[in-house]
Amino acid sequence: MGRFRKGGKKQAPAISTASLPDIVFMLLFFFMISTSFRQTDKLVTVKLPAATENVKLERKDLTSYIYVGSPIPAKQAQYGTDSRIQLNDSFRTVTEIRDFVAAAREALAEGDKEQMTIAIKADENVRMGIITDIKQELRRCSALKIMYVARQK
Amino acid sequence: MAKKTPEINASSQADIAFLLLVFFLITTTMDVDKGIQRRLPPMPEENQQEQDVKINRRNIVVVKINSQDRIMVGTSPAEVGEIKDKIVEFLTNPTDDPNMPEKETKFIEGLGNYPVSRGVVSLQNDKGTLYNTYIQVQNEIVRAINQIRDQFAQEHYGKKFAQLDEDKQKIVKEAVPQNISEAEPKDVKGKK
Repeated sequence: MGRFRKGGKKQAPAISTASLPDIVFMLLFFFMISTSFRQTDKLVTVKLPAATENVKLERKDLTSYIYVGSPIPAKQAQYGTDSRIQLNDSFRTVTEIRDFVAAAREALAEGDKEQMTIAIKADENVRMGIITDIKQELRRCSALKIMYVARQK
Repeated sequence: MAKKTPEINASSQADIAFLLLVFFLITTTMDVDKGIQRRLPPMPEENQQEQDVKINRRNIVVVKINSQDRIMVGTSPAEVGEIKDKIVEFLTNPTDDPNMPEKETKFIEGLGNYPVSRGVVSLQNDKGTLYNTYIQVQNEIVRAINQIRDQFAQEHYGKKFAQLDEDKQKIVKEAVPQNISEAEPKDVKGKK
């Protein structure tokens, strides 16, 4: 048989695709690990303000989010368009932040409690009155490490 | 001789894996939250409420934002873009102006004695101020401090602040502290 092929061009052997699944699996595991499912539905529309001197939020697991903004259109009939505070997945008042912070702190390991961060995701069009109220409440329950989440300009 | 069992075709394994991969790719949120980090001052105790820390008048620059989002730096109105240079000039006090912050010679480990500015930026805002304006101003103040830190790092280590190692960053942070004070909101103090 080989005799016949002698004269013709030698064909390049097919590239083995046996390792392709391995590569794909590697990618798969990476994304599986880095995935975090969104736990809360947003009830407020937030367009973050832009800033240039941003720092990265470290330790996402130690962070609790406070959303501030105007309710989403579907909720506006019920709640109006005034800025509201969203904690977890419902609208809350400023005084309820205390319980929210206490619960978040309770969930952390003893050594991490100091590092707990509150990230404020507020719409750029909210007024400072509501933000100041939140800040005062956070000071009262000594959650002093905060971050104003912003877009990169 | 027994017939060899045919090899199981594994070519579809890749397809299955791809399917899963695509699913996780879509559900992944890779966005890292970024923003401006702040430390709030602790709430004063009931009995020491009025005991404010006395700060020399020359060491403090007040940045005010009113409800119309107009900005005052010290005694003159300013645009957002002007804040940075004003703060830099105030904090570094290059001409040793007696109306600008004094410098306190401090011993910093790993550097030696260094005149550290005692300047404090005090930020005051109105209830009606837009959050966006507030963040812009915060951003400018941080930018001013970062510029001074970069300058310091360049002079002493020949590198930018961000490129220094942790120990040196600590030294720079000590030499150029970030002193931003946010005023106690007036009405809250009255109520509680």
